[in-house]
Amino acid sequence: MRVLLVDDESELVSTLAERLAIRGIQADWVTEAEDALRMAEANCYDVAVLDIRLPGMSGLDLQNIMKSKCPDLKFIFMTGHGSQGDFQAGTTEAGPDYYLVKPVSIEELMEKMNKLTSESGDPE
Amino acid sequence: MNPGLGIREGAALHFFGKMSASISHEIKNVLAIINENAGLLEDYNLMAERGSPVGPGRLKALADTIMAQIRRADAIVKNMNRFAHSVDEEKRAFDVGDILELVVALSSRFASVRGVELKMRPRSERLSVVSYPFFLANLLWLALDFAMGEVGKGKTVELVAEKSGEGVVIRLTRLEALENSPDAGFPGEREDALLQTLGAGLSVDHGEGRVTIELPAEIGP
Repeated sequence: MRVLLVDDESELVSTLAERLAIRGIQADWVTEAEDALRMAEANCYDVAVLDIRLPGMSGLDLQNIMKSKCPDLKFIFMTGHGSQGDFQAGTTEAGPDYYLVKPVSIEELMEKMNKLTSESGDPE
Repeated sequence: MNPGLGIREGAALHFFGKMSASISHEIKNVLAIINENAGLLEDYNLMAERGSPVGPGRLKALADTIMAQIRRADAIVKNMNRFAHSVDEEKRAFDVGDILELVVALSSRFASVRGVELKMRPRSERLSVVSYPFFLANLLWLALDFAMGEVGKGKTVELVAEKSGEGVVIRLTRLEALENSPDAGFPGEREDALLQTLGAGLSVDHGEGRVTIELPAEIGP
């Protein structure tokens, strides 16, 4: 499974990527939406984990652009806000199962990623 | 949204809520980073138990990251505390520069999300006034929120506070997009209510890309 982590907190996504790598999941990370689009065009990811609030562009807008470029890509949203507005927007796009509030348990995140990729029939 | 509240009180409640939500978001981010680093430490421990220990340099880097996040959280909580106490006494003597610094610190997350840099010019003297610190903070936030939408390509809002006669003047500059929005709807009724409370003046210079707030040295009873 290949995963792209997108969050403006570099120390969060870099550490998460290392922890996923220890568990056999190849994870790249970026802190800006533009870099996420560039990475998604250059690589074939199975899952993108997006922060709802990113500098310059919302995670939901980023998801829409990424989806148009990579229709098979699956999404999980992560947020520190947990506001009702964000929850509604995030769950409408990804479903309540794929909207996680920080801090996130890595076991839960992996379970969600595995569920998403197995639903789509992709190899884990 | 808040039936029964006046315009000024409604604006104040909205401001308090917005800042509290932003602070909680910042703290959540800090907790998330500490959570991942503590988890990684646990992973390293398991690896060591299985015969693949990591070097001491890596462990030190993890400890340094956690300590840095604790310092970050401490600064966030200090600002939260200053903000919460800004409503303790309605009217009092204070340094306008302190309130401006606080509002800039509280707004940093909003600026980051909008891809805007906030640059505060260092002050050279105390800028003492007798006024309402919370309502001034509210007015500064509204002005800054407006300014962040008018920065143009420069993506920087520069803030300066300095003495002007007996009072203090605060300028938000480099608002290049103001030139193209002659009817920006600012100041609106919330700003007007706060300006009245503070006995302050506000002007928007579309040609120069600047918002100016003038505060009297002391507001009447």
